[in-house]
Amino acid sequence: MIDPRLVLVLSAALFSLGVAGVLLRRGAISILMCIELMLNSANLAFITFARVHGGPEAQIYVFFVMTLAAAEAAAGLAIVIALFRLKGTTDVDEISLLKW
Amino acid sequence: MVTFAFYVLALLTLASALVVVTHRNPVVAAVALAFNLVSIAGFYILLGAQFIGLLQVIVYAGAIMVLILFVIMLLNLSEEAPPRAAGTFQRVLAPAVTLLFAVVLGRALWSGGPATLPPPSEGFGTAAVLGRELFTRFYYPFEVISLLLIVAMVGAVLLAKRKLT
Amino acid sequence: MTDVSKLIWLIPILPLLGVAWNGTLGRRLGKGAVGATACGTVLLAFLLSLGAVWDLAQLPPDARYVTASLGTWLPLGPIGPGGEAAVVDWGFALDPLSAVMILVVTGVGFLIHVYATGYMAHEEGFARFFVYMNLFMSMMLTLVLGSNLLVTFVGWEGVGLCSYLLIGFFFDRPFDARTGLTCADAGRKAFLVNRIGDFAFVIGLLYLLTTFGTLDYRSVLETVATGGGSHAMLVAVGLLLFIGACGKSAQIPLYVWLPDAMAGPTPVSALIHAATMVTAGVYMVTRMSGLYAHAPEAMAVVAVVGAATALFAATMGITATDIKKVLAYSTVSQLGYMFAAAGVGAWTAAIFHLMTHAFFKALLFLGAGSVIHGQGGEQDIRKMGGLKSKMPVTFATFITATLAIAGIFPLAGFFSKDEILWGAFSSGHVGVWAVLALSAGLTAFYMFRLTFLVFYGAHRGDHHTWDHAHESPRSMTVPLLVLASLSVAGGWVGIPAILAGRDINVFHHWLAPSLAGGHAEEGAAHAASTEGALMAAALAVAIVGIGLAFAIYRRRPEAAASIASTFRPVYALWRNLYWVDELYEAVILRPFYAMSRFFAAFDRFVVDGAVNVSGIVVDITGQLLKLFQTGYVRNYALLFLMGVVAILVYFATVPR
Repeated sequence: MIDPRLVLVLSAALFSLGVAGVLLRRGAISILMCIELMLNSANLAFITFARVHGGPEAQIYVFFVMTLAAAEAAAGLAIVIALFRLKGTTDVDEISLLKW
Repeated sequence: MVTFAFYVLALLTLASALVVVTHRNPVVAAVALAFNLVSIAGFYILLGAQFIGLLQVIVYAGAIMVLILFVIMLLNLSEEAPPRAAGTFQRVLAPAVTLLFAVVLGRALWSGGPATLPPPSEGFGTAAVLGRELFTRFYYPFEVISLLLIVAMVGAVLLAKRKLT
Repeated sequence: MTDVSKLIWLIPILPLLGVAWNGTLGRRLGKGAVGATACGTVLLAFLLSLGAVWDLAQLPPDARYVTASLGTWLPLGPIGPGGEAAVVDWGFALDPLSAVMILVVTGVGFLIHVYATGYMAHEEGFARFFVYMNLFMSMMLTLVLGSNLLVTFVGWEGVGLCSYLLIGFFFDRPFDARTGLTCADAGRKAFLVNRIGDFAFVIGLLYLLTTFGTLDYRSVLETVATGGGSHAMLVAVGLLLFIGACGKSAQIPLYVWLPDAMAGPTPVSALIHAATMVTAGVYMVTRMSGLYAHAPEAMAVVAVVGAATALFAATMGITATDIKKVLAYSTVSQLGYMFAAAGVGAWTAAIFHLMTHAFFKALLFLGAGSVIHGQGGEQDIRKMGGLKSKMPVTFATFITATLAIAGIFPLAGFFSKDEILWGAFSSGHVGVWAVLALSAGLTAFYMFRLTFLVFYGAHRGDHHTWDHAHESPRSMTVPLLVLASLSVAGGWVGIPAILAGRDINVFHHWLAPSLAGGHAEEGAAHAASTEGALMAAALAVAIVGIGLAFAIYRRRPEAAASIASTFRPVYALWRNLYWVDELYEAVILRPFYAMSRFFAAFDRFVVDGAVNVSGIVVDITGQLLKLFQTGYVRNYALLFLMGVVAILVYFATVPR
């Protein structure tokens, strides 16, 4: 059927794309979206392993990760809004006060 | 049949991910992300985790993406400026390290991962099994995560509130 | 009646009460009250000493050793030879030797205190002066009454401290135009040179402590007498203690502080540098006579150093022109006599001379002070002369003392000096005898030179000083008279048998139980004719010295200058004090200062530099590290990633 290793490599690729996006993109919301991408790739790997090992544990973990992602997206977006109010832009290069 | 579906889904997933990472217009990126999420849901169903797959569509693609699109519209974000590296450090190292990371991770997973996919166990992926586990073995984390959601909700409200002067 | 001797611990404490009283209230009380308290405490100490000595005399001669302890001081643990515990007490002991010392110290000390109330009457630091003087008395009495070496050492250090305080009493006055010393410098010099001796003293003390496990005089001397301690150890201890004595009693090579100590007020010179402190070394060596008797090499060193110092200092006294400096060199010379006596085994003679010397040297210094007082502060004898008509009492007492120090019969100095010379000759040390005899002649010469120049002839100073020259007040002249009578009669306690026809040498018999050799000396059959001949020779030498001084300074004063120019190199050598101070400066002090500068620079650049470098390193590291904090979120994300990659690579490559 499906080679699980292929799925895993796909998840690795997705994760790397997400990382690249976090490092490259300048908009705060775009960065948040790339983080969601990373989370999803991890979920994919989890489900693959769940199928391989058979138990419900990994699916439960995916359940929790999804919940966490929701909470994190909500809080993160609230922060972006607050930042936008302060700076007038969501460009992360503008928020550079935390330096020497 | 399954293999064909797998390759189609894989292509879709990768393509939409690429769009998310590269496209300058945040709305386009958001839509591409929604696509990505749905195709991953497809993967879940292909692998036998139907309940999780449905949840993915409802929660992720349905709620979270909508929320993101909401905020994009609210802030009226225009096209994002091209990615300008913050210095030589970033410009040189970021692609290199990311590539290294991808290679290492991919290799590790390929050589260490399981070779065959066994048939699904009894009730694998059903709501019944998941529900039973959630309310017995994982009862405590379940309660805690509901607490977490409340905290996130309160936090979001507080952070986004317009300060009344 | 024996109870009084149990109070000997009180004797050093009494002057301390004076210190406390004058120290706290002195500024507010009048000079009369301060002086009365200071003199009063010393008088009380003297009376208590009399009572204690009286009690001691009631005991049979072999049992005359009374102790009183104020408690344990140092429980030192098992450092004794057999591993037994060593203990040092706050102990005081009275025996014939310390009896003589306390009577001399408190008696002469009292007279000098009374004199000082007159001499220092116009000085501003009156109360401070008497606080220091009383402190000195207390420390000296502790030194003398201590029952073990450590209590003695406490007094030893204490008198060194008081000497520093008193020499530098006029701390802001310049002192010596030739060397540029101030009075404070002189005080420091005294203290530092003393310190060198003290260092050797402490080493000797510790050596003794670790070998015998005790520092108590009686225990140590008993152990030595019964054969304890190796010969080499005894010689070493003897030499080390003697070096300490050299520092305190101004022998070669540690005498250089005493002439400069004349920067202090004259009563200080009289008390400390004539009668008491400088004799501490002699006392200590004599107290340890039992140890030295078993270390003849050490005794030989003591004798040679003493004799050499006697001659050396006498030559310097011949050419000195400051009235106090002449007396200072004389003191060094006479101390040499005492050590020479100790070195040849004539212990009684040493203490006898110590006592008589206290009388006439204190008298000489106080007389000099009276002269200086009357001359309005002038100390150069080239500017004096003819004062015998203006200051008759001072003159009479001064010349009495000069006759005594020259060794003229029947004054005190004759008997004590003669006993030393006889002791040197009869024990076979003819070389020592010859040197001491020559020094006796020189002593007579320069002392009479001093007398003639100050009191006879025409006044060579200015009119103003001559008109204002006056005799000193009674507070100063009465002590002079008392000391003069002691200078005359003080030697009569030690008249040798050959002069009296029978053995009436009370002094010798009194001291015998405390000293090595016991009763052996006087009773030994020696050729009476030799002794008589030597006695006559000593007298002759003294008369020759006086005659020479008379011939030059009374008959033909200009002869002095012509003799000096004839023997110019010798004269220059003596006048410049053999350039010893300059030698020390060049050989010891300059390298020392250079070393100090080197170490100061070392401390500043190397030690501080090392510390600063560590600070700089931290600073630079911080400067480098802060470059990572750019403030850009993406940079931080990249650093995250690098860390994650590192972990991944580790887990991927390291086999599990």
